[in-house]
Amino acid sequence: MPRVWSGAAVLVVVLALCLVLPQLYANQFLFFDLMVYLALAQGVNILYGFTGYLPFGYVGFFGTGAYGMSLAVLKLHLPPVPAVLAGGVAAVVLGLVLAPLLRLSGAYFAIASLAASQAVYYVVANPSLTGVTRGPYGISLARVYHPSQSYLVMVGVLGLTLAAVLYLRRSRRGMVLQAIRDDPQSAAMAGVNVVRERVLAWLASALIAGLVGGVFAWQISVFYPATVFDLSTSIMAIVFTLFGGTGTLLGPVLGVTVLFGLYNVIGVSEPQYFQLIYGALIVLLVLFLPGGAASLLKRRGIDVL
Amino acid sequence: MSCEPILRVRDLVKRFGGFRALDGVDLDLNPGEVVGLVGPNGSGKTTLINVVSGIYRADAGSIRLGEREIGKLPPHRVAALGLNRTFQVPKPFRSLTVRQNLEVAWRHRRRPGPGVREALEFVDLASLAEREAGTLNTAQQKLLDLGRALVAAPQVLLVDELGAGLGPSELELVADRLRRVAEAGTALLVVEHLMGFLGRLTRRVVVLNAGAQIFAGDLAAAAADRQVVEVFLGEGH
Repeated sequence: MPRVWSGAAVLVVVLALCLVLPQLYANQFLFFDLMVYLALAQGVNILYGFTGYLPFGYVGFFGTGAYGMSLAVLKLHLPPVPAVLAGGVAAVVLGLVLAPLLRLSGAYFAIASLAASQAVYYVVANPSLTGVTRGPYGISLARVYHPSQSYLVMVGVLGLTLAAVLYLRRSRRGMVLQAIRDDPQSAAMAGVNVVRERVLAWLASALIAGLVGGVFAWQISVFYPATVFDLSTSIMAIVFTLFGGTGTLLGPVLGVTVLFGLYNVIGVSEPQYFQLIYGALIVLLVLFLPGGAASLLKRRGIDVL
Repeated sequence: MSCEPILRVRDLVKRFGGFRALDGVDLDLNPGEVVGLVGPNGSGKTTLINVVSGIYRADAGSIRLGEREIGKLPPHRVAALGLNRTFQVPKPFRSLTVRQNLEVAWRHRRRPGPGVREALEFVDLASLAEREAGTLNTAQQKLLDLGRALVAAPQVLLVDELGAGLGPSELELVADRLRRVAEAGTALLVVEHLMGFLGRLTRRVVVLNAGAQIFAGDLAAAAADRQVVEVFLGEGH
């Protein structure tokens, strides 16, 4: 099937660019951050684009992954790569604990997930837990710091994420998730176990954020709770996804490339304008272009992956 | 055909806060039988369908499908066991094509039944198979809803106002299809305000008022029943 090939082509091109660009423009941190957002946006996409749940507290999984990875290195003395996997597992465990939130819908879910992420943040940052999480004093992974290795692992995590979205775009499971998003009652009468499918999508999206958080911790190696539980991480990932178009593979890639680019042009020099622009963008998108930029192409009859 | 009922509802109660939407409903459906369920707005018809299909959980009473008690099962389990429904306001998967709508149900079916193509032809949507379901008109969406339910090969089909809002030729088509479904052995419970439409399907009706059955029997006898007339038209008629 040519459509599967074109999807695979997108995947290969994105990964190849991520490997080659740092050789041409020596700013590895910029490209690393770009990959972090590419993966996080796809994680939001899996949940929101395929089930309709908007996770404003998505950063909770990211932070949990970062701390899971760090503690696996510091307490269990795992090598970095297995520790990143441990970060992913930690996020999945948090996802299981928070799975009852899926009983809520719409704004209630968004707010509850936001509150949950803040609860995790305050637990991790609590001075009484200094012996475990180092509380507010932050983490140092200087012993395993290895930016070129962590960069490569991030490329791998991004590849995994894009492959997961491609699978959902092209598989029957993705079709079933879309059916649930369109109408959960009808889906149930069609024999779909709505609760199980939603929980699986939720855990998949938690796993992605956990892995990304784990590699992020490894890459920056010194960080504070506020660094990895920063709400603007959630918001950026959501805006990128909405801007590009949910439920597609290319939409979030497009959203991250354009808006993260804009951020690095305007946001760094004049952060206050940047916040204004992002705020306005969210409002305008939700009102006038709920399908994102990808829907503009779709309207012209171009099939967006 | 045996007269062991395929669906047996006993003393069904559903409360919303202090309001008893269903107040002890009994109902039997035999295989291949069509029963009309009528009653004024708010009498509990749709609530009954929602409870029997597992969308709402009953507060008391029992619902048996064949030998199985299904009153506490989630809707996808109820569907797998052979009870399905259509919705008063059709609920297609709007972003999927007509064909994919039925494929979702076909993939999860647990009982041998019609294929997707066969079901599409049966509900007269084969020519629209590749259209996005959100672009269909209401009548077509209702037929799609019916097709989605039929792919699951139900033993019992609950039909919630399928006729409302349809034109004469569409009504004819729907009535014919429902008759054929019943002739194939499926038991049908048909909620309907259009008495002419109902009369083409069955003589047997159950009348609900305020969550309780006030009449069960022949359609013509219902129209002559004093209590039924009062409920529909008010006192003094």
